[in-house]
Amino acid sequence: MAHGPKPGFTRWLYTTNHKDIGSMYLWFSFAMFLLGGCMALVIRAELFQPGLQIVQPGFFNQMTTMHGLIMVFGAVMPAFVGLANWMVPMMIGAPDMALPRMNNWSFWILPFAFAMLVSTLFMEGGAPDFGWTFYAPLSTEYAPPSVTFFIFAVHIMGASSIMGAINIVATILNMRAPGMTLMKMPLFVWTWLITAYLLIAVMPVLAGVVTMMLMDIHFGTSFFSAAGGGDPVLFQHVFWFFGHPEVYIMILPAFGIVSAIIPTFARKPLFGYSSMVYATASIAFLSFIVWAHHMFTVGMPIAGELFFMYATMLIAVPTGVKVFNWVTTMFRGSMTFETPMLFSIAFVILFTIGGFSGLMLAIAPADFQYHDTYFVVAHFHYVLVPGAIFSITAGVYYWLPKWTGNMYNESMGKVHFWLAFVGLNVTFFPMHFVGLAGMPRRIPDYALQFADFNQIASVGAFLFGAAQILFLFNVIRTVRGGKKATDEVWENPEGLEWSVPSPAPYHTFSTPPVVR
Amino acid sequence: MALSANAKTTAKLTTLAVGMLGFALFVMPPLYDAFCEITGLNGKTGGRYEAVPAAVDTERTVKVQFVASNNENMPWEFKPGMVEIRVHPGEAVDTVFHARNPTDREMIGQAIPSLVPFKAANYFHKTECFCFNQQSLAAGETAELGLRFIVDPDLPAGVNTITLSYTLFDVTERFAKQANNKNTDSEREG
Repeated sequence: MAHGPKPGFTRWLYTTNHKDIGSMYLWFSFAMFLLGGCMALVIRAELFQPGLQIVQPGFFNQMTTMHGLIMVFGAVMPAFVGLANWMVPMMIGAPDMALPRMNNWSFWILPFAFAMLVSTLFMEGGAPDFGWTFYAPLSTEYAPPSVTFFIFAVHIMGASSIMGAINIVATILNMRAPGMTLMKMPLFVWTWLITAYLLIAVMPVLAGVVTMMLMDIHFGTSFFSAAGGGDPVLFQHVFWFFGHPEVYIMILPAFGIVSAIIPTFARKPLFGYSSMVYATASIAFLSFIVWAHHMFTVGMPIAGELFFMYATMLIAVPTGVKVFNWVTTMFRGSMTFETPMLFSIAFVILFTIGGFSGLMLAIAPADFQYHDTYFVVAHFHYVLVPGAIFSITAGVYYWLPKWTGNMYNESMGKVHFWLAFVGLNVTFFPMHFVGLAGMPRRIPDYALQFADFNQIASVGAFLFGAAQILFLFNVIRTVRGGKKATDEVWENPEGLEWSVPSPAPYHTFSTPPVVR
Repeated sequence: MALSANAKTTAKLTTLAVGMLGFALFVMPPLYDAFCEITGLNGKTGGRYEAVPAAVDTERTVKVQFVASNNENMPWEFKPGMVEIRVHPGEAVDTVFHARNPTDREMIGQAIPSLVPFKAANYFHKTECFCFNQQSLAAGETAELGLRFIVDPDLPAGVNTITLSYTLFDVTERFAKQANNKNTDSEREG
């Protein structure tokens, strides 16, 4: 069995190895992260001053739309799938993913989907400009012609995600080493199992809603056209039925990552393992019955407003359990603050801030003020940037020595963390204030009284962006060489992935490990 | 050969994914329509109502207001014949809306009703309404569009004012497209 990877480019094209595919996912998502980040910087540069300086409003709208789509579908989701590819088989003692050929396919269709999506920028009429939530009729009757390419790109991304999710579920259910019972699985595996089920349940709904758009645009149906007896509000219901579970798809694996990192650097086992599992499952269940809190202002019966308000607030309970468990794991632990731990602690604090602003938004009567303001932008960037991006970054620093066999540069990692941490807060915290003061989202120009906070936010955004270059540099340097990592890498970390040599051989666990 | 565990899991999960696609495409839209109809959500009023003789409740008077507006790019002049009317629940009332096509081409319009408060939507019955059909007006043509309605005597007690609004959409192109499709279809069959 001791054969290594094929030489040359075809290794990457034909590979069925979970580590190769995981690396490709991670590099692809990093490229998309930089691209989506550049678009965010265009947005922030334009918003540095009131008035129109750099881009036209139409192009500004294309930037906000593409930034959202690329970050959600191109950066965060593939990064988590990449981490799952690398880590899930190693964590459960499996030799590879359950369906390796499908694994290759689900990765390789992604670059085509995004090439198609990005190519719309150069088409006549421009790229999609209707926001990442692509509400009808903006995305149907008033959409640029490139919307058809957008629809097809979403179909491909959806197919890729569904295949990836099926693969992960099959791996976790069927490929665990003997003795690895479900309740012995690391939390990253648990959170991914639940996330995969969410993906399989809601990505087809996304495919359905874009299919209905396609029918409305080209085949004369009127799902979302009031003139033909349809209803644009139906779009919002179907979209958010997908969209709310989708935001948990982007956060549950993050919970798993920090649940792996915090015990290692607090040198204590994770507090409340089984409550973590049940909390994750509860959050996943609740995600299906809260979708209309995104649309409190469309006109709903009072009973509906109340139901979605209370159901949304209920999510704070399992989430609170998780935050409590992370804090308790750290409590009286013998903590050290290596880069992955710094990112994880920042995750716990900042994600909690984002959670609290989420609770504010959940209050239906108050939401009428916050709706579609920068307060919402501040909220979801506080949960997604420190939530998804910080946890992925933490995971990369944590497992990079295992992947490459080399230690990353710790001081550079710490500088990256502090730049990113300061940059993030400087960018997004002022958005709370301008949002509460009434600045609407998705506008290229704004009233003069918002100028100061917007300038601060723009400075922070460029700082945050620059910090990521340092990350890229650090990762490349570690891949190329550096201080050799031990097999355990950290002090007594828990998990099967630390029992294999560093760097992890091309094939691991060809014979299943013994799980005590 | 028996299916492997992986094949079984894959088959189950694929079925789930396909099922969810079907759910989104074929269940959610009709479910939403049914939900709106039951709750009166979005003020969607029902289709043609078969008038059943009912006692007119002369004790009670309800104000019915009419609003007419045009969807974006619809050039027709469109306004209610009267802005409001006081009616007794149970009586059949006739009113008209005026429409004029000021352009120099024939156009087809479709009016879409919406009613507030939502909880009154199921108690406002239309026995005749121009919104049941598309309206075709030649260049410069004027039309009186008739509406006959009955406010149900079971209208919830708190409701004293009902506002019925019509939004007029330009569906000329939509119909031209459908007509073309039909023509090509029949040509193919012929």
